[in-house]
Amino acid sequence: MLQIPCPYCGVRDEPEFTFGGPAHVTRPPLSSSDAEWASYLFDRTNPKGVHHERWLHAYGCGRWFNVARNTISHEILAVYRMGVQKPELESHE
Amino acid sequence: MIVIGGGGHGLATAYYLAKKHHVRDVAVLERGWIGGGNSGRNTQVTRSNYFYPVSSSFYDHSLTLYEGLSRELNFNVMLSQRGLVSLAHSEHELEIMRRWANAIRMNGVDSEMLTPAQIKKLAPRINLRSRYPVVGGFIQPRAGISRHDAVVWGFARGASAHGADIIQGCEVLGFDITGNRVRGVRTSRGAIAADRVVMSVAGHSSVLAGMAGFSLPITTMALQAMVTEPLKPLLDVVMISATIHAYVSQSDRGEIVIGGGADVYNSYAQRGALPTMRSTLAAVLQLFPSFSRLRLMRQWAGMVDVTPDTTPIMGLTPVEGLYINCGWGTGGYKAIPAGGETMAYTVIHNRPHPLIERFGMERFARGALIDEGAAAGVAH
Repeated sequence: MLQIPCPYCGVRDEPEFTFGGPAHVTRPPLSSSDAEWASYLFDRTNPKGVHHERWLHAYGCGRWFNVARNTISHEILAVYRMGVQKPELESHE
Repeated sequence: MIVIGGGGHGLATAYYLAKKHHVRDVAVLERGWIGGGNSGRNTQVTRSNYFYPVSSSFYDHSLTLYEGLSRELNFNVMLSQRGLVSLAHSEHELEIMRRWANAIRMNGVDSEMLTPAQIKKLAPRINLRSRYPVVGGFIQPRAGISRHDAVVWGFARGASAHGADIIQGCEVLGFDITGNRVRGVRTSRGAIAADRVVMSVAGHSSVLAGMAGFSLPITTMALQAMVTEPLKPLLDVVMISATIHAYVSQSDRGEIVIGGGADVYNSYAQRGALPTMRSTLAAVLQLFPSFSRLRLMRQWAGMVDVTPDTTPIMGLTPVEGLYINCGWGTGGYKAIPAGGETMAYTVIHNRPHPLIERFGMERFARGALIDEGAAAGVAH
């Protein structure tokens, strides 16, 4: 089970949280092509290694934040607030 | 030709390439051992109860191939068409299930609505008045289970007998691509030249696509399953509830096989976490309270490749000579024979087999999604 350190509430167990998919996804301009728009809508970052992702503390403070997590070991490498640039981390793949 | 991935789909692709299309120079490359990935980590369920005609025609063809597979491979895959019952837990769910069951009939596939009394007769141990009462359901009588290892071994032996090479312990590290055309692959055991390559690697599809220079709308997650200690026969249907996220059947060895929803976050770990296991078991015990005394013997997880519309991605890729078969998510086992047959055709003709024309990766840009979220059974 993941133990996720919510930046507002501290360390809590996985069932309190909801996964929110990849972080740092930027919506392309409306002038973008169908392919670019489809890529924005459907393509997913899916690395074997460090993944930057959003989590919601649904059964807690109700706030969103970002997590950098290793998708093989599930180790949480960094937790940072929405709007903050992603930290540079070495991939432990 | 090279097929990457020695699971059911990859081996079936090699089998049909060698047997039907008489290709003599096909190699299956497997990083670990054959059948060690999702082909050995599923719950062996075979069914074709899909909503849209385009899905239904593919999956029912696959079920039809399963019906003749022991004879085709001369290897007993122990197909048991015991029927699969989907449960409804509210009047609203029952209404939409009636529409679903009717759509399946309109697709020419067997399905029948069931009353609670009929469900009780099929599975006497079920508790109809649980936290989520059972108000009805439907059955696909031709659905059932088979022996997953036998499917892998049968296709492997058949492919080998028809001249395919199966190379285990051989990890693909990259592609040789010049002028947007695949020329071969680089592996942990050296380079292999090939002008046609099929990717059939489930949870690792995004990693391999990245090596070839394109991205996929896929998220890799862990999907757990577990078995209890063996019992005398007591459940001879497969039972599934989408509302409480659980499905259950009894294997030929007597074990109660239990599956549920995926652990819903990216994972390449091949193991599931306790919260999902607990909620799955809680759901099963609501339906079958007498199972509470059973001991679990094994629990495991596969890495499933989930697409936004829970429909697979099959066909050509942006790289010429490179073909893809992935996106099966939580339901690839039932599709093994048809997946292999249609991919073999696609590689030989360099165009998608008619049954998989709509499954191409270009459907996302066109907005032509095939949303089979309900037919996928449980949430992910």
